[in-house]
Amino acid sequence: MSYKEIANTLRNAPDENGHFGIFGGQYVAETLMPLIIEVCDAWRASKNDPSFWSELEYYRQHYIGRPSPLYLASRLTEHFNGAKLYFKRDELNHTGAHKINNVMGQALVARRMGKTKIIAETGAGQHGVATATACALFNLECEVFMGAEDVKRQKPNVDRMRLLGAKIHPVTSGSSTLKDAMNEALRYWVSKAETHFYIIGTVAGPHPYPEMVRDFQCVIGEETKEQIMAAEGRLPDTLVACIGGGSNAIGLFHPFLDDQVKIIGVEAAGYGVETGLHAASLTGGRPGVLHGNRTYLLQNEDGQITEAHSISAGLDYPGIGPEHSWLFENGRVDYVCATDQEALEAFALCSRLEGIIPALEPAHALAYIATIIKTLPKDHIIVMNMCGRGDKDLEAVLPLLEKMGKL
Amino acid sequence: MTKYTSDRLKILFEKLRSKDTSALGIFITAGDPDFDTSLKIMEGLPEEGADMIEFGMPFSDPMADGPAIQASSKRALEAGGSLKKTLDMVRIFREKNNSTPIILMGYYNPIYNFGVQKFLTEVIEAGADGLIVVDLPPEEDEELCIPAKECNLPFVRLTAPTTSNERLTTVLQNATGFIYYVSITGITGTKDVPIELVTHAVQNLKEHSNLPIAVGFGIKTREHVEQVTRIADAAIVGSEVVNAIANTLDANGKAKPETIQTTLSLVRDLAAGVRGK
Ligand SMILES: Cc1ncc(COP(=O)(O)O)c(C=O)c1O
Repeated sequence: MSYKEIANTLRNAPDENGHFGIFGGQYVAETLMPLIIEVCDAWRASKNDPSFWSELEYYRQHYIGRPSPLYLASRLTEHFNGAKLYFKRDELNHTGAHKINNVMGQALVARRMGKTKIIAETGAGQHGVATATACALFNLECEVFMGAEDVKRQKPNVDRMRLLGAKIHPVTSGSSTLKDAMNEALRYWVSKAETHFYIIGTVAGPHPYPEMVRDFQCVIGEETKEQIMAAEGRLPDTLVACIGGGSNAIGLFHPFLDDQVKIIGVEAAGYGVETGLHAASLTGGRPGVLHGNRTYLLQNEDGQITEAHSISAGLDYPGIGPEHSWLFENGRVDYVCATDQEALEAFALCSRLEGIIPALEPAHALAYIATIIKTLPKDHIIVMNMCGRGDKDLEAVLPLLEKMGKL
Repeated sequence: MTKYTSDRLKILFEKLRSKDTSALGIFITAGDPDFDTSLKIMEGLPEEGADMIEFGMPFSDPMADGPAIQASSKRALEAGGSLKKTLDMVRIFREKNNSTPIILMGYYNPIYNFGVQKFLTEVIEAGADGLIVVDLPPEEDEELCIPAKECNLPFVRLTAPTTSNERLTTVLQNATGFIYYVSITGITGTKDVPIELVTHAVQNLKEHSNLPIAVGFGIKTREHVEQVTRIADAAIVGSEVVNAIANTLDANGKAKPETIQTTLSLVRDLAAGVRGK
């Protein structure tokens, strides 16, 4: 049975009001609602306009460098001596991560709306760099909100953003990381409604962002589907991706939701979920409302949001996109986690064996794969989203690898 | 189901209308800078001229608030504040004061986490008179607005300079208690109230609704209070008051003996600006 014949699809969510089951929605202040409604309308119009997608396709091919290759990681496959491992090479995109897929789409929506200024939040800095890049290309003013803590640990990306002409606002409220950067970006946006468009970097925020960002990232899974059919003549058995907010993961997963494919999302376990110092919202959190949507959150018994911890700035977020919460509760996707330590080991292993320095984020996905791949049969096919490259992480990672004797 | 019957807001606005005057609403965060100091400030407010109290339920991520109220929320949480303690303070306040309306103001997550029905029951039993939940627009009315309405508990709506008349119809649909007009496009405590724009906006609101109209965000001085109470049914001051608390704290962020008195003096000064008082 082809997936088109399946009456019950998991690919039609969200509903008109942005709900994925009980998750998602539009939980924002009334001061922000007019802006959100404007974005909803513009997104709806763009989505239904073929010329919008052909314009995006042009930039995908000639600027981002899509399609990204699907690569058989042969030395890792040999090393693990179990299932076959493919990487979807989104780290080869211009700017070095999957974030640009989304940014290009939203920047085109913003241009259609006649907005001249862009706001973005960033954690690892990859989304900030991607946004600053698109703004340079389209001659838009760019302001990036970044936790002061992240400004320190992701210096190379801060420098890149500045070079690209973006203005950085270091955010010192709360825990000075990604969630606080998002709060601050939303606050700022309310005061600049007329001129500014807010490009959110993951599948979070109020509707329509989780849907819009997903639709821009789905190019990852759509290409993967074609490429694996060409390479293997069949669909993969397992998909694996890391989860911060969940955009690279949903981009890979969504086109396969109705297929007979096992799907695994890997959250950051930090020092270990049992220590309380982690960023695993599904494994260690419960439903709540933050940043405009209902989703799983790290929170205390009073409903106060707690600080996430991960060695990877891109995964260091106490929430997760609402669609993942829905896919978690309906059981379609398995959510697991990997610790800082496991991610570091995968980081080193991948660099040595494949000549690919992964970002710390996808290193979490690889770390989990390392725990299952050996026992899987040789004809089992795993596709992992290599969603970013690790140059940005060297400063943080090298001293640790040195200590571990991996250098 | 527990029903709200006290009608303190209605009684207040009827009384003020009959005297041709307006109300001063004072915002403080419950538990800022600590439970006892905050309770004493709260208990002192009516005597200094506060006609209603906007009582902030502290939240870790106050998305619509500026630095002053963010900081006050943080102080309250660091001193052990919680939704449960906020309700305790309302209960204690009501032991001595049965007339000043208390509007609980905050964000949805702590309420959702507490349980909506349990929250409504406790709010009514504790003696609060209405809710302002910043991140629940009409799109999410099913969450709390409708359940509150079923208990007759006022659910106050925010409108802003960016709210179009078309949008206003949606916003006012389930509005009760009063309308809270956010006078600036931005977050609390950042800009000064633009009086001319507010005058037009309040006139426009009056054409759309019979509810009393309160104006907040950006009201900082006695003069602002004077100007706003001439055009609206209430002026609400928040950031300025929590700043006054902040400014009296010692180097460790702890209350000093003068914290309560300094804060209450500011309120007295603001109250002197209310039209007709
Ligand atoms: C390379 C990379 N991967 C993953 C993430 C996490 O985001 P998401 O889960 O939305 O893909 C980030 C975020 O900054 C990133 O830079």
